[in-house]
Amino acid sequence: MSITVLNPGLLTTVQDMGRVGYQQFGVSVSGVMDPRSAALANILAGNDMGEAVLECTMMGPKLRFDRACVIAITGGDLGPTLDGQPIPGYRALAVRAGQVLGFTAPKTGCRAFIAFSGGLDIPLAMGSRSTDLKAKLGGLQGRRLEKGDAIGFRSPVEALPRMADRALRPEFAPQPVYTLRAVLGPQDDAFTQDGLRTFLTGAYTVTPEFDRMGCRLSGPAIQHRQTADIISDGIAFGAVQVPSSGAPIIMLADRQTTGGYTKIANVITADFRILAQLKAGDKVRFAEVSVEEAQNILLARRAALNAIRSI
Amino acid sequence: MDGVRFLLTGDTSLSVEFGDEISEAINAKIRAFQIALGDSGIPGIVEAVPTYRSLMVHYDPEAIRYAPLAERLRGLLGRLDQIAIPPSQVLEIPVLYGGEMGPDLEFVAQHAGKTPEEVVGIHTSADYLIYMLGFTPGFAYLGGMSGEIAAPRLETPRVKIPAGSVGIAGSQTGVYPIDSPGGWQLIGRTPVRMYDPEREPPILPQAGQYIRFYPIDRAEFDRISALGSGYACSAHPRGEVGA
Repeated sequence: MSITVLNPGLLTTVQDMGRVGYQQFGVSVSGVMDPRSAALANILAGNDMGEAVLECTMMGPKLRFDRACVIAITGGDLGPTLDGQPIPGYRALAVRAGQVLGFTAPKTGCRAFIAFSGGLDIPLAMGSRSTDLKAKLGGLQGRRLEKGDAIGFRSPVEALPRMADRALRPEFAPQPVYTLRAVLGPQDDAFTQDGLRTFLTGAYTVTPEFDRMGCRLSGPAIQHRQTADIISDGIAFGAVQVPSSGAPIIMLADRQTTGGYTKIANVITADFRILAQLKAGDKVRFAEVSVEEAQNILLARRAALNAIRSI
Repeated sequence: MDGVRFLLTGDTSLSVEFGDEISEAINAKIRAFQIALGDSGIPGIVEAVPTYRSLMVHYDPEAIRYAPLAERLRGLLGRLDQIAIPPSQVLEIPVLYGGEMGPDLEFVAQHAGKTPEEVVGIHTSADYLIYMLGFTPGFAYLGGMSGEIAAPRLETPRVKIPAGSVGIAGSQTGVYPIDSPGGWQLIGRTPVRMYDPEREPPILPQAGQYIRFYPIDRAEFDRISALGSGYACSAHPRGEVGA
């Protein structure tokens, strides 16, 4: 085996870009909460962008390396250390056998992604290595990492060329109020004009009810025309569901495939990286963009990512 | 097609909504549309998720943007009646009714003012349309159960219901595909694995198909259980006489 879990941290799971193609059978997509940060970690570590990474939440894990590897850590700054010495994120790091990767405490953000050169030796389950905690599927036996777990590298790579070039600027910067851009729909017509105005002008606070399935917000109640209930339909990543309480819930990676509450809007893909780093007490507001604009932003981001890929 | 709405669900998917009610006619349109979409060759389609009254289409905007995709989907809608739709399959699901496998059969019978045998007779006499899957992997939302055997949910849900349990809640019936908590009245259990991640395909039921239950005895239950994922469920096209 190649890494041994000395301490699993708060919630560390194996995730890739998600389980695609099975939503019509009731299987959640799962996958990393922040696909862009995971892709960047993989690029730095010399992997394909969609390789499985470890997603760490708030308190990161403590891992012993039993063989050398190149790693990269992106996303929030959870205070990574190597043998107790602070190490930078967004940079490829050569780790020797016997060294221990740890995390002190979260400094900015909530989630970090660790990529390992050569990838993790985790079997594909229905086309993906992502852990679906609810269905106990994928990842390491369908569960979070536990103390004593050992994971191998799939095709071990102990060194990479041009290590000095394998560095990027950290992307997440804390803000007093985060703006989440969103495309209205699919049920924006279920809300009153006042309700829509409340949604687009109100300041919302992230509650502690925030996990991989969803993020519950508190703030001004969003008024429905008649009812918060709909005949169940599909739910996309970033859907802003508003139940009868009027308090929005943003649906995330482990969301159920379908649901029966009105969805007022959908956070745009380019802002998932903010969404993934929110923690209880953070303030957010929503800004409307058109689907065309959202797709322009997404495609520009992707083009930039493809340029970085040539590191 | 009249009354069809295109709803925005973010920048990588959209929802095509065919109506505002739960009906077999709407479900048939969704099924036809999903088949047509699969054969259409439209680039960038990632996956499609049918629900009671809509088809959610996930796509890659790098391959096709929203406006041209919506236009192509509208074009498909206009040609739906020209598309040959194969008859729906009816999955035959064996069930051991009553006893420890169906601890609430007696209650359901009392509630309906019938004998347990009559409840089983009614439960096994209809083809149930699979409107959609959701809730857990392989959980099928079925329509078409007789109101004669409807029963309220348990006052206190069970903490763990074994996979394969067949239940009734209100006028709905269904099969729990994985061990889960739940409040349905359990009338029996099937040895068939509705969901098995190790099998290809991992999930047995599909939206647009039908399920027909038939009663088996303990020996047959044990025989099928022993076969595990090696047991192939019988199926026949709807409208033809089953096995």
